[in-house]
Amino acid sequence: MDRNFAARRRRDLIVAAVLAALAALAPLFVKDVYVQNILILTLMYAALSQSWNILSGYCGQISLGHALYFGIGAYTTELLFTKFGVLPWFGMLAGGAIAAVIAMGLGYPFFRLRGHYFVIATIVIAEIGLLLFQNWEWAGAAMGITIPVRGDSWLKFQFMRSKLPYFYFALALCCLAWFVTWWLEDSKWGFWWRAVKDNPEAAESLGVVVFNSKMGAAAVSAFLVAIGGAFYAQFLAYIDPESVMGFQFSLLMALPAVLGGIGTLWGPVLGAAILIPMTELTRSFIGGSGRGVDLIVYGTLIVLIALALPQGLVSLFSRSKAKGATR
Amino acid sequence: MTALLETRGVWQRFGGLIANSDVSISVGRGEIVGLIGPNGAGKSTLFNLIAGVLPPTQGSIWFDGEDVTHMPAAERCQRGVGRTFQVVKSFETMTVIDNVIVGALVRNTVMREARRKAYEVLEFTGLAPRAGVLASDLVPAEKRRLEVARALATEPKLLLLDEVLTGLTPTEAQTGVALVRKVRDAGITVLMVEHVMEIVMPLVDRAIVLDLGKVLVEGKPSDVVRDPKVIKAYLGDRHAVGA
Repeated sequence: MDRNFAARRRRDLIVAAVLAALAALAPLFVKDVYVQNILILTLMYAALSQSWNILSGYCGQISLGHALYFGIGAYTTELLFTKFGVLPWFGMLAGGAIAAVIAMGLGYPFFRLRGHYFVIATIVIAEIGLLLFQNWEWAGAAMGITIPVRGDSWLKFQFMRSKLPYFYFALALCCLAWFVTWWLEDSKWGFWWRAVKDNPEAAESLGVVVFNSKMGAAAVSAFLVAIGGAFYAQFLAYIDPESVMGFQFSLLMALPAVLGGIGTLWGPVLGAAILIPMTELTRSFIGGSGRGVDLIVYGTLIVLIALALPQGLVSLFSRSKAKGATR
Repeated sequence: MTALLETRGVWQRFGGLIANSDVSISVGRGEIVGLIGPNGAGKSTLFNLIAGVLPPTQGSIWFDGEDVTHMPAAERCQRGVGRTFQVVKSFETMTVIDNVIVGALVRNTVMREARRKAYEVLEFTGLAPRAGVLASDLVPAEKRRLEVARALATEPKLLLLDEVLTGLTPTEAQTGVALVRKVRDAGITVLMVEHVMEIVMPLVDRAIVLDLGKVLVEGKPSDVVRDPKVIKAYLGDRHAVGA
């Protein structure tokens, strides 16, 4: 039994390494900038969704306000860069740290809420954050911040001639988020989180400090999402509140995980690999009509998958419903 | 040696309802104590006060020589109080072994050790063949057993069993009784709330009868079942003749 478990963990790691290596080779075959762009966004959303999954999937605290942490990552990086000349690499880490602290500060009152009430609170808080940034003059208010372009540089993490550096960064971030999840899954935290999700009262009776578990999950989740936000800001070279903190980001972090399998190791990556290209393709092929046909098609596909496979797409691969289980 | 568990003048009010009034009980090390009484006697409330689900309105609770009255449940577990739930609360999306690992993590910080401890407990409770099964796929008797296994994995000094034998078939109940004896033989003190008198009475060293929130009688099971007050409050005439 023990050996099976260790073997499964090792297999996951090998599969991930092979997939990452294949992804790293993709630019050799994909020269089209439009397709490269889709690949970058897919990897980014896979990373974001994987991070969202830590708090909402494993620990069961459904957040529809993660756009806030995404925006905080983006804004911290760009404000530090444009106002104080701090390199984006440091800004990125600062953004992650600030997002983690804010996530815990918000968790302090809101982790008392359960179920739908918690979800509503996350939506409201993210909207308040959006409004604050829209009115904050020093941070550019609704006009946003344009990142000064000084030519391609790894130091300043900006590239104009080729998108490939962004591609590799997004891939690295995706690998990091996956690896963090993989590592935490077989740790005290991973077990605590799943116990808290399934039954907080029973968890408490077994020595699990429920509140601390939620705080830990929130901090890790927000940190990684903020790194994603910092990346996105550099990638766009321009940010405004709506384009880095809009509600759509909260949804686009949650949907891949839900579609692929919430609270599973592979769900977010699998979900993002299907959902993000689908989003982009429906928009570019049938979105031009101005009648919202792309959204209808997109929505219908999501509903169909959700109806056919409520456990998520990963349930196609495992014979039982067990998630992250020992077997 | 002091008692392992002691409640001193414990009161619990829910609005106008008094669930426990001036309850003082003690449980000695190595004992199996039965907490019995008719429905609404305040057994579950007292049980939850001891487990740390909520603090009493008045009075204090002492565990292992320490005042734990206001200590949260998780911390009490770390001190050595393990419990089961009357309505089973398995971690349904987790496997049997993973359920037990959660408990084992209290005293084992290294995952490999927690896992080994969890397997040990599954062997002890006879659940080992079901290790890889999802908790949601267990039959009710197995779920009860899983509750016990999870609590045992925390290596408690005191195990609180909330109606673990209720609602089982006679065969299942007998297996349950054997398990409780085995737990006591492993050096763990047991306090059990129970309804099934015929099974509990031969099992426990001492019985405490609650009625209307107060301790009515306590003593050896054979004396308790003969006590006219108990018969009147709870057991009925049929048992008075049988005893």
